[in-house]
Amino acid sequence: MSDLKGKVAIVTGGSRGIGRAIAKVLALSGCSVVITYKSSVQQAQEVVDEISKFDSKAMAIQADSARFEDAQRVVDEVLKNFGKIDILINNAGITRDNLLLRMSESDWDDVIETNLKGVFNFTKAVIKHMISQRYGKIINIASVVGLIGNPGQANYAASKAGIIGFTKALAKEVASRNIQVNVVAPGYVETEMTEKLNEEQKKRLFEMIPAKRIAKPEEIAYVVKFLASSESDYITGQVIVVDGGLTA
Amino acid sequence: MDIEAKVKQIIVNKLNVSEDKVVPEASFINDLGADSLDTVELVMEFEKEFGIQVPDEDAEKIRTVGDAINYLKQKLGQA
Repeated sequence: MSDLKGKVAIVTGGSRGIGRAIAKVLALSGCSVVITYKSSVQQAQEVVDEISKFDSKAMAIQADSARFEDAQRVVDEVLKNFGKIDILINNAGITRDNLLLRMSESDWDDVIETNLKGVFNFTKAVIKHMISQRYGKIINIASVVGLIGNPGQANYAASKAGIIGFTKALAKEVASRNIQVNVVAPGYVETEMTEKLNEEQKKRLFEMIPAKRIAKPEEIAYVVKFLASSESDYITGQVIVVDGGLTA
Repeated sequence: MDIEAKVKQIIVNKLNVSEDKVVPEASFINDLGADSLDTVELVMEFEKEFGIQVPDEDAEKIRTVGDAINYLKQKLGQA
C-alpha cells in the first residue's frame, strides 16, 4: 500500500510482541516509525536497527504510557523531528492476572492506567495536531477478552472493553475532521504475554479456536496496516476482531 | 491590526461567515453555525495567531465573539 509512504506513525509499546510486528509492517510500507518502550531498551534498539535496514526512518523513545507527561513529551519530540504525526497505534498493554477474589487494588490500577488511561494519554496528546492537519488514523489494540471476558482477567477485560467505548465516542467526535479511530481486537497471539500460559492451558485454548492455532503477530499487524491506509477511510468507530474464529 | 479586528478576521475565515454577522454578542454555536469542534479549532487558531496558550478551562468559557475579544485583550494585557 504505497499511500503509507512518507507517513509518520507512533506505535506505543513497540519494542515487543504485537507492537513490534506493527512497527515493522508499517516501516516496510514506507512509514517513518517511532516506537515507545517502558523498560526494554535493548529490544527497542533492535526494532530501530531492523527498521533502518528497510530504508525507513525509525526512532525509539522511552515512555510510560500511564503518564500523561510522557505521552506529551513523545508527541512533542516526534513533531520536532518529523514535523507531523499521521498514525497513532495505541498498543502498549500489560496483564496482572488474578481471580477477582485475589486481585489487589494495585493489580487493577496498574492495568487500567497503562492499558486504558494510556490510550487517553497518547490520543489526547496527538489529537489537536491531527485536527489541525485534517488527517489522522488512530488504531487502538484491544482484545477479544474485552468482548467475551476471561476468568482471571477482570482488570484486563475492563481495560480493553473501555478502549472500545473510548474509540466509538472519539470516532464520532472527529469523523468530520477526516480522522478515523478504530479498534483491532486480537484473539490469542504468539507473544510473551501468551508464553506465560502452561501446556494444559494452551491445549485447552487450541481446542476452543476454530483455526486450531494462535495468531502470529504479523497477522494482527496486517489488519492495522489496512486501517492505517487510506483504503479504509470510510471505516471508523469499528472493532475488527482477528481471532481465528474464536468469537464467531 | 488591533486585537478586535484580528479576532474577527480569524472567525470570518475559520467559520466561513460574513463579517457583518461577527458581532460581540454572536455565539459561535448558536449564531455562527459552529459545531463544538469548530470552537476548539478557533481557540487553537487564536493560540497560533497571538502566540499564547489558552488552558482548557479558559477555552470552555469562550462562547461568543465578545468573550474571545475580551479574553484575548486581557491575556495580552490590553484590557
